Amino acid sequence: MQLALFIIFGALAVAGALNLLLQRHPINSALSLVVVMMSLAVLYWSLGAEFLAAAQVIVYSGAIMVLFVFVIMLLNAGKEEKTSGSRAAYIAGFPGAAAIFCLLSFVFLSEQKALGVANLGGHLNSGLNNIEELSRVLFTKLLLPFEVTSILILVAILGAVVLARKEDQ
Amino acid sequence: MSHLSPFQIFLLLSIVKIAVVLVILLTTVAYTVLLERKVLGHIQNRWGPSRVGPFGLLQPLADGIKLFLKEDLMPLAAERPLFVIAPIIALTCALISIAVVPFGAVHRIHGVDIFAITDINIGLLVILGITSIGVYGIALSGWSSNNKFALLGSLRATSQMVSYELALGLSLVGVVLRAQSLSLRTIVESQSSHGLLSWNFFGGYQFVAFFIYIMAAYAETNRAPFDLPEAESELVAGYHTEYSSMKFAMFFMAEYANMVIVSCVATLMFFGGASSPFGNLIPAFGGAVVQALLPVFWFVAKVFAFLLLYIWVRGTLPRFRYDQLMSFGWKFLLPLAMANIIITSLVLALHG
Repeated sequence: MQLALFIIFGALAVAGALNLLLQRHPINSALSLVVVMMSLAVLYWSLGAEFLAAAQVIVYSGAIMVLFVFVIMLLNAGKEEKTSGSRAAYIAGFPGAAAIFCLLSFVFLSEQKALGVANLGGHLNSGLNNIEELSRVLFTKLLLPFEVTSILILVAILGAVVLARKEDQ
Repeated sequence: MSHLSPFQIFLLLSIVKIAVVLVILLTTVAYTVLLERKVLGHIQNRWGPSRVGPFGLLQPLADGIKLFLKEDLMPLAAERPLFVIAPIIALTCALISIAVVPFGAVHRIHGVDIFAITDINIGLLVILGITSIGVYGIALSGWSSNNKFALLGSLRATSQMVSYELALGLSLVGVVLRAQSLSLRTIVESQSSHGLLSWNFFGGYQFVAFFIYIMAAYAETNRAPFDLPEAESELVAGYHTEYSSMKFAMFFMAEYANMVIVSCVATLMFFGGASSPFGNLIPAFGGAVVQALLPVFWFVAKVFAFLLLYIWVRGTLPRFRYDQLMSFGWKFLLPLAMANIIITSLVLALHG
């Protein structure tokens, strides 16, 4: 049952990602990205990370992608022209992608013992609540990186405010 | 039922629960519309609908038939698939949230909790997540109908909902801190020890959070005094200008279903959910059935009170201006919610 969920939503994520690349209208691409985010959330959930799943839905699909759609709507972006693409992309792109794929699969297969094996499905049977563990780790062991990240985001917000401010004085 | 496996019993009972809850929710939605028209009528010194059936009680039925039989117009310049899918997203997201709402005390039949469709340990986050997905229905409807008024309405609605979602989420953190859980059952249990005095609103000193929540929730559901997305004097009807027949009805139902969900969450988070206001003062009376249904009665009564409040507010308050709406949300509600979190966590840390 949980394995089936994993397979269905994994396939949905891949299909959404392909659709994102193939669609010619930006809003359709943005919506397929939402589908990818949501299926990723289900994948996280099926791997037992329910807080991550909820955060994924609330932050990515519910806030960031809404802003994407918002911007596309405001700019009233039309359909993209289909171009043949640059020659360099064809020459370097496909071999490059194939090379990265081969490299990654080689590393994963050769380091199989060190990486360990993950079970698909069955993570939801224990009913363990990982929010408490997560927050304990975040606020004890990883307190400094956590706080530094929040300052980083604050800096980004301040930068956006400075850039968006009207220069009337 | 002995020849059924536990999984089959669980599946059948779940389906029955979902069907019953959905029917009740949709009926509530229909009759909330009637209630609103009636109460608004009386606020404005007129009768409201009174022709169909006794006291106009069959009016929702007549409205439903009318909406079903109306011609379904499709604007020529609309983006067809998105135009069709937008009201479906809106209504689905509005209806799904009820799945995590516990509307009675824990009461198990064959190991299945019958007064809640499901109880998951991140129930609150699920509700917030589904609400945030519901924005797409409104955003897409305005854009895909290719109409200036609809687009303006949906832009207003989207920015308003994204902005007020922050204050809404933060206002609930104080309650979560007190209950130390995101499961709605646990949150309700944390308030059920001494009746009224242990509710988060009274005993938990979360009344500031409650008022932030209720204001942000009114903005989230696009209701008066925050109903700028459908301000009829400026935008015709806002994002659903181009919609007709059942597609319009789906937006309409989504709005009222969202109202019901928001009232349910307010009840669960601040007013003790299905627990009785008298605690253990009243001795148990009636049989087992009465005792099982009494919490459901309290829950329904509280939700009904919140729906009445919604209508009362709509009949009383004028609409905000758009810049007032944004500065209210960002400069007043958000800092207040943060201050509430800090004070609540300080008090909890000092007094345990």
